[in-house]
Amino acid sequence: MSALLAAQSVTMTVGGATLVDDISLRIGAGEMVAIVGPNGAGKSTLLRMLSGDLRPSRGTIRLKQRDLHSYGPRELAQHRAMLSQHVNVSFPFTVEEIVAMGAGERSRAAARDLVATALDEVGLADFRARQLPTLSGGEQQRAHFARVLVQLACGEARHGPGLLLLDEPTSSLDLRHQIDLVETARRRAAQGTAVIAILHDLNLAMRFADRILLLHRGRLAIDGDRAAAMRPETIRQIFEIDAAIAHTEQGVPFLLPQTMRPV
Amino acid sequence: MSVAAERGARGGQRRAGLSLRPPATLTLLCLLAALAGTALIALTVGAAGIPLARLPAALGLWSDGAAGPLLARDQLVVWSIRVPRIAAAAMVGGLLAMSGAIMQGLFRNPLADPALVGVSSGGAFAAAAAIVLTDSHLGASLQFIQHQLLPIAACAGSLITTIVLYGIASRGGRTSIAIFLLAGLALAAIANAGIGLLVFVADDRQLRDITFWLLGSLSGATWTKLTTLAPVLAIALIACLWIARGLDVLVLGEAEAFHSGVDVERLKRISIVLVSAMTGVAVSVCGVISFVGIVVPHLLRLVIGPAHRLLLPASAISGAILLVGADTVARTIVAPAEMPIGILTAAIGAPFFLAMLLRQRGLVSL
Repeated sequence: MSALLAAQSVTMTVGGATLVDDISLRIGAGEMVAIVGPNGAGKSTLLRMLSGDLRPSRGTIRLKQRDLHSYGPRELAQHRAMLSQHVNVSFPFTVEEIVAMGAGERSRAAARDLVATALDEVGLADFRARQLPTLSGGEQQRAHFARVLVQLACGEARHGPGLLLLDEPTSSLDLRHQIDLVETARRRAAQGTAVIAILHDLNLAMRFADRILLLHRGRLAIDGDRAAAMRPETIRQIFEIDAAIAHTEQGVPFLLPQTMRPV
Repeated sequence: MSVAAERGARGGQRRAGLSLRPPATLTLLCLLAALAGTALIALTVGAAGIPLARLPAALGLWSDGAAGPLLARDQLVVWSIRVPRIAAAAMVGGLLAMSGAIMQGLFRNPLADPALVGVSSGGAFAAAAAIVLTDSHLGASLQFIQHQLLPIAACAGSLITTIVLYGIASRGGRTSIAIFLLAGLALAAIANAGIGLLVFVADDRQLRDITFWLLGSLSGATWTKLTTLAPVLAIALIACLWIARGLDVLVLGEAEAFHSGVDVERLKRISIVLVSAMTGVAVSVCGVISFVGIVVPHLLRLVIGPAHRLLLPASAISGAILLVGADTVARTIVAPAEMPIGILTAAIGAPFFLAMLLRQRGLVSL
């Protein structure tokens, strides 16, 4: 199967520091991939390169068999949608207006159904007419997720399965909404979308992803299934903590941090 | 408490954040009607009062046969003084308010105003330099160039200031509000120092021309000047429909706007050129008039919301209403003398700006 997204020897160097070092990966339609790793491992930089926002210093990225940087901004937005970590809105747009921004040039009437569906999906249907800056951090994050879902839906209606990139999408969410968001992303993957998410919560990553990319100091330390990433010695080496690993009844591993490793 | 009950309670608390937006067409029609009303009042009052009953005849709409010296005087006052002046006030107000709204969208900052951050001063400095340099280096035969040169020089001065400001305040797709305002302050100071230097070296005749910029007045409005303003305003009104969606999405941040399919670099280039051209041409006609660009879009956002497709044209009309009204006050309040309109708008706008700062103090960390 040809990959929806293929990165070849991607490297990012800024002022002599190598943030991402020679990473190659291929991601197919319908895959759910979690990027994990300690702070400063290069997760966000990698994701920004995969989104086309940053141009790698070396290496190539191809989206649907085409060089990522051969797409214009508008065209690219129809094939990949990205949710960034912090979005700060300083003008009193309503939740509905923000979510409708995902629909691009479409008229408001054409976008209305998509917007309503997305708002339902993130549980903000009652917040439609509220001004975004008056919402809590978590509610704002869900509104932006809804916007990204609308963008994805618009693109996929025209061009088939696309790419959904999420940079710590659950950072401001309570437990219930973390699970909701993950389930929503899984539903998209089941319909063929390739989903890549940076997650700090390893347990959520285990539940979320079929495939784990573990980054360490800019390099891809592990690219494999849950079992490959969730070994106590791997956790100790990369996160510098001792951890016990147990399994749920369904066989999903979960991690219990123990003590700091003495330096 | 159940989730539904909790949501209900929160809904009650947050009702203040709920937005009901009036329909766009109705808003624009109401504003146009208000502009027509203001212009009508402005036509009738002034040093030579023309009562409403005499206005149709003076405008040449219809005549009841009572042609006489009074009608001739009315017609002269209306057509060679008042109409061009009101039209200039409306166009300058529209240009200033719209350039303020675009600049606020571009910098994602409701406190941006071309006059506040030195863009107007940059234009005024270039215009003043054009007066002094062309006057002393062009012979009398080339004097006519000066008229065409002023708007071009002012636009160029504004453009350079805006580009420098953007370069200083924006880094990596983020704009620091504090650096933006402080850099604007410094740029305004540099431009004002330059104007001071020009005042110092100027001869009497040049000095009189320069002083006109420093105060900001519409008393010099002529039909010729309207031909400079009108095309820029027309282009800006058309362009604003084109950039409106991009400016909306830009509120999410530059990276977000790019992810959403906006060509951010092109949007920035168009916005910078528009803001500079609009500010520059307004400055070249009537000097530095501040705070119109900050007051009008801010008040409008409270009523019609921040979406630029409506905000930009509504700003243009409301700016026109404000400046026609302010100019009418400026030319009648100390009649037969005239108060410079720049003083009037600053007297209204500066306290308004302080009130905005105080409101934002808790919300935005500078």
